[in-house]
Parts: sequence; C-alpha cells; structure tokens
Amino acid sequence: MRARVTVMLRDGVLDPQGEAVRHALGSLGFTAVEGVRQGKVIELDLAAADATAAEAEVRAMCEKLLANTVIERYAVEIL
Amino acid sequence: MKAAVITFPGSNCDRDLAVAFAAAGFDVARVWHKDSALPAGLDVVGLPGGFSFGDHLRCGAIAARAPIMGAVAGFARAGGHVLGICNGFQVLCEAGLLPGALMRNAGLRFVCRPERLRVATADSPFLAGWDRGAEITLPIAHHDGNYRADDALLDRLRGEDRIAFTYAANPNGSAGDIAGVLSDNRRVLGLMPHPERAADPRLGPADGAMLFRALASVLTPA
Repeated sequence: MRARVTVMLRDGVLDPQGEAVRHALGSLGFTAVEGVRQGKVIELDLAAADATAAEAEVRAMCEKLLANTVIERYAVEIL
Repeated sequence: MKAAVITFPGSNCDRDLAVAFAAAGFDVARVWHKDSALPAGLDVVGLPGGFSFGDHLRCGAIAARAPIMGAVAGFARAGGHVLGICNGFQVLCEAGLLPGALMRNAGLRFVCRPERLRVATADSPFLAGWDRGAEITLPIAHHDGNYRADDALLDRLRGEDRIAFTYAANPNGSAGDIAGVLSDNRRVLGLMPHPERAADPRLGPADGAMLFRALASVLTPA
C-alpha cells in the first residue's frame, strides 16, 4: 500500500520560496499568477493491508515527524 | 560545574561550544546523539550549531527525535539549563522545548555576518551578565533563522518577558525581530546568533563570552 503525504505551510505563514517562484514566473511573462505556495510531497510504501489503519498510522507519523504543525499543515492520501 | 555538548551527524560548532564552556570554567563532556543518557551531575547541556542530518526534512527535525533528546527533555523538565545555538535552537523548537518554529530566511539567502543585537531581558542565568537593553554584536550564519510565532505566542512571550535577544536590523524576517527566546522557567535558551564564535578576545570580538561567564557565576555564587 502506498500513502502520499502533502505538507504545506499554513495559510497566513509567508512562504518566501513560493514568493520567489511567483516572481520568476512573472518575469517569464506568466503575469496572471497571483500566488504560489511551495510545499513537499512524501510518498510512503507501507506493509499494511487495511487502509483505515494505514491512514491512522501515517497521521501519527505526520504529527510526530513529517510535519511541524506550528507552521505546516498536512494531508494524507492512501493510494 | 559540568557541561555536556551533544554532537549530531552534521554538527560543526560542537567543539567551539565545548571550548567556550571550558573557558568559563566548566568541565565538558562530549555526548553522541545515539547515547540515551546524559552524564550524572550536569549543570548545562549545549546543543551546537551545524547542519544536523543534512537539514533533511526540516532543520533540526531529525535531530530532535534522536535517542539523546529524551534525556535532554527530562533534564530540562527537571530544571536543568539547556543552551541551543543556531541549529541547536532549531532542534529545541522541533523538540517542543521552546515555542515557535524557524523557517527559511525571508530573503532566501544564507546570511553570514556580525549582527547587532539587543539583550531584551537580563532575567535568565544565561543573560544575567548584561543589563536589559544592552547592545552587543554576535555573528550569525544561517539559512533558516526566520522565527515564526503567531500573534498569541508573540503576546505571551512579550508578556512573560521571554524574548532573550532581538536584532537591531532584522536579517531574516523573524517575527518581532526575535533572535532568541527563553523557556517559561528561563533556563532553556535558544538563539540563532553564535556566542561561542565570539568568546575569545584573542580571536576578535568577544561579546559572547559573557553568556558563558554569567551562567558560571550563577552556578557558583560567591
């Protein structure tokens, strides 16, 4: 089973890397881009059969290590 | 007086920190991150600067879950003194021993230069050698020193007088110009500037030596 974790900065936390990407896109002529947020995707291969249990396990991983919930939010998908 | 300095893979200021503690009169034990216990009879634990675990995932995130950190947290809870510098500050925030988080500098650049700081409180064993409001200069060298705290946390830190240092000219976008913060018992200090790199007058400016001397004099009252 595979799980995909998406970690993004929380809304309201200024994302300097996203802003740099937005500026770069603007200078390439993509002037309609009003905002860019950059995050990360973490894919996990799991030796689990039960999707519900796997999701709970991955959420525990997010809380303990994969995301810093002071500044980040996360979403878990079981693929 | 006894200090321990933790070394993680990628730490690079551990020796400098040990030298600064020793110069202030501490016996210094060097402790590896895979150890699960601290030496007995410690007065202070130092978490050094560097790039622990290659800054993978987030700066300090993996080091904060290293085996030794359980003992460091227990030591802090029992009233022990803990000093985290640069990457060590990031580790303390990631470990939940200090509030807030450190993220990429607002200007996206690694900043390495002397920085003027204001000592925002003298009410800590680490800060007792300065007057509140004193201006000092310490080097900074970091890519992820942008301190993040929401308004509620900023209000709490200000209300409880837990901001240790502020930047005179904010180099990284930190909320409230914050360069260092204290725990609620004032014995855990995290700061991005490097006092251990400015602690020997033979090598240049030495404003940082006062931090180590202040702790030493608090621990050995005359």
